Amino acid sequence: MSGDIAIRVEGVSKLYRIGVKENAEETLARALFNAIRSPVSNFRKYRSLYRFDDVESGNTGLDVLWALRDVSFDVKEGEVLGIVGRNGAGKSTLLKILSRITPPSRGQVEIHGRVSSLLEVGTGFHRELTGRENIYLNGTILGMRKKEVDRKFDEIVEFSGVEKFLDTPVKRYSSGMSVRLAFAVAAHLEPEILVVDEVLAVGDAAFQKKCINKMQDVGKSGRTILFVSHNMPAVKMLCTRAILLNEGKLVADGTPHDIVSTYMTSDVGVPPAREWRDPAKAPGLEVARLRAICFVSRSRNAIDHADIREDFGIQMEYDVLTGGHILLPHFYIYDDEGLLLFGTLDQDPEWWQHPRPEGKFTSTAWIPGNFLQAGMIYVSCSVLSRSTDKSQFYEKQVIAFTIADNMGKGTARGDWAGQMMGALRPLLTWETRWEQESGTSSEGVAGR
Amino acid sequence: MNPINQNKSSQVTIIRPYRGWEAFDFKELLEYRDLFYFLIMRDVKVLYAQTILGFSWAILHPLIQIVIFSIIFGRIAKIPTDGIPYVLFSTVAIIPWTYMSEAMNASSQRLVQDQNMLGKVYFPRIIYPLTPILAKLVDFTISLVILAIVIMYFRVTPTWNLLLLPGLVLMMICIPAGIGLWLSALAIRFRDVKFAMPFVVRMMIYSAPILYTASSIPDAYRLLYSLNPIVGVIEGFRSCLLGTPIPWPYIIPGIGMTFLLLISGAVYFRRMERVFVDVI
Repeated sequence: MSGDIAIRVEGVSKLYRIGVKENAEETLARALFNAIRSPVSNFRKYRSLYRFDDVESGNTGLDVLWALRDVSFDVKEGEVLGIVGRNGAGKSTLLKILSRITPPSRGQVEIHGRVSSLLEVGTGFHRELTGRENIYLNGTILGMRKKEVDRKFDEIVEFSGVEKFLDTPVKRYSSGMSVRLAFAVAAHLEPEILVVDEVLAVGDAAFQKKCINKMQDVGKSGRTILFVSHNMPAVKMLCTRAILLNEGKLVADGTPHDIVSTYMTSDVGVPPAREWRDPAKAPGLEVARLRAICFVSRSRNAIDHADIREDFGIQMEYDVLTGGHILLPHFYIYDDEGLLLFGTLDQDPEWWQHPRPEGKFTSTAWIPGNFLQAGMIYVSCSVLSRSTDKSQFYEKQVIAFTIADNMGKGTARGDWAGQMMGALRPLLTWETRWEQESGTSSEGVAGR
Repeated sequence: MNPINQNKSSQVTIIRPYRGWEAFDFKELLEYRDLFYFLIMRDVKVLYAQTILGFSWAILHPLIQIVIFSIIFGRIAKIPTDGIPYVLFSTVAIIPWTYMSEAMNASSQRLVQDQNMLGKVYFPRIIYPLTPILAKLVDFTISLVILAIVIMYFRVTPTWNLLLLPGLVLMMICIPAGIGLWLSALAIRFRDVKFAMPFVVRMMIYSAPILYTASSIPDAYRLLYSLNPIVGVIEGFRSCLLGTPIPWPYIIPGIGMTFLLLISGAVYFRRMERVFVDVI
């Protein structure tokens, strides 16, 4: 690490105009009609989508959203910087600005070196092309030259494991295979500066491990990496430094360990419930959209904490907009270190293999009491359409819950006042048998 | 890229807020030429994938037009064509026109179609509308088969006019390029560019001497008529392939307009380019 600056971000802000785009006329006829009615104001309205002169002159209107606000930081050559924050904090916007996909509204970024951005795995992949052709296409899209792809071709193929199907159109691949192929290309990028947005959540566990190892290699090779993720253990493992964004502002800068703690435990963190009132903004695609997610007690009241002995439910409401799909709602539960404890798939037999009609669905997963550890848990929710094998939405660590410790009868702790460690705290059945020298014995079973 | 500590690219990029007019970065476009090539290849391969007729569609499309127009305008309506057999007359014009209309259409829609990629990766945005312009040349080249057959059938003797062909082809490429650039930037906001295009293109066929002769235009309107660069290309193709006198009064203004179209299109596109993602 030479100590040279690789990236300098100075006072970067990004403004979005909200409301205008949604109301903007999409047809020429409408636009012409409005243009005739009030040409100047309509032109100004359109222009206001990307011009913010009113804000410059002091208008603090409600119709603007600061996706990023005066963010400044430096990244030294060779650093692996983790960017952490809840959904909507501005992480992806920052990456988009660094990748030149969208310009900043204010401020400036100075980049020393060649940047490659990995904001999505498989950008440009086309189903009709063969694996080989897609490798070249995706590779050049990511910024490699043809010669570079030639050089790394064999390695890429080996990493992905799709050698046998290289000359078959990708539409014949299983979804796992295309993902592995796409990631294999991305994994062989060798830019001086790499910008990565949460792309590690792909493939099965074995492949994920391969990906993390590859990321570690890239990190060790002296490249500068910017890494946005919700995967806290990965951030702690791969990053040398981390920053925390909240509501567009840079609120903390430090070691990955400190930043992850701050994120997980402070107000900056995650609410116990979320809802999306505006269907247009609700996360999701054409089949299903998430409207609300919260924790509930047995009596179906929304709660933000529960005693460790109590059952509670994770409940999500989603609109199904296109009927006839078999859907798979599922949750992922994380502890306050960011470790994935488990995932849970919809177990309701009534809807297994049963295509869902349009309408409003509420799916609840019941977590038994005396199972999880005391402390905070974070939940990610998702609905997958099994009919098209396409994820409709995947909101990562979108709500948080506190499990309050307790002791005494009926708890796993019992009368132990010391530390109860571990990712879980299940209440198990224990048996005891005792034998004396003379042959009397007794058995007892203790448990629930 | 070689090991990090040696051969640093020493490339410094400054990212600043949008400020309107920006110069064109030719060097950047050169850097991305491999990508440009693969995107064109993608277009070419994907278009006829899984069709039975495959590339023969490139022949069928203009061929069917020639047959229908020859029957309707040649036989039935008996449009005068300065003595040239109607089939020959129309073929020589329809082949370049088919390319231009397809290229224009595809180019104007490309940015909207690929908006997903737009938001996920950076490469010079101008590649989006220019890719179909070049990809459709493959179709054009295949359709030249028809042209060759028709010319040989009518035993047209080649003349020195053929030397004009490369220049005319260049003009033929630049016109849809310029229009595509303009329309791409507009289509980002107005989705009805997509709906208007087929109709406008259908009308455009009458704006140039494809189905009728330029000589049928009254003298009073001839100057206005010559401002349409498509007229220059079509009449140019005719004289180039059939040996009729070179129509400079159409070609010269045509070249000027083409230039204007292309440059203004590139400038407007460049101006709007940085805000595409925020506005789309």
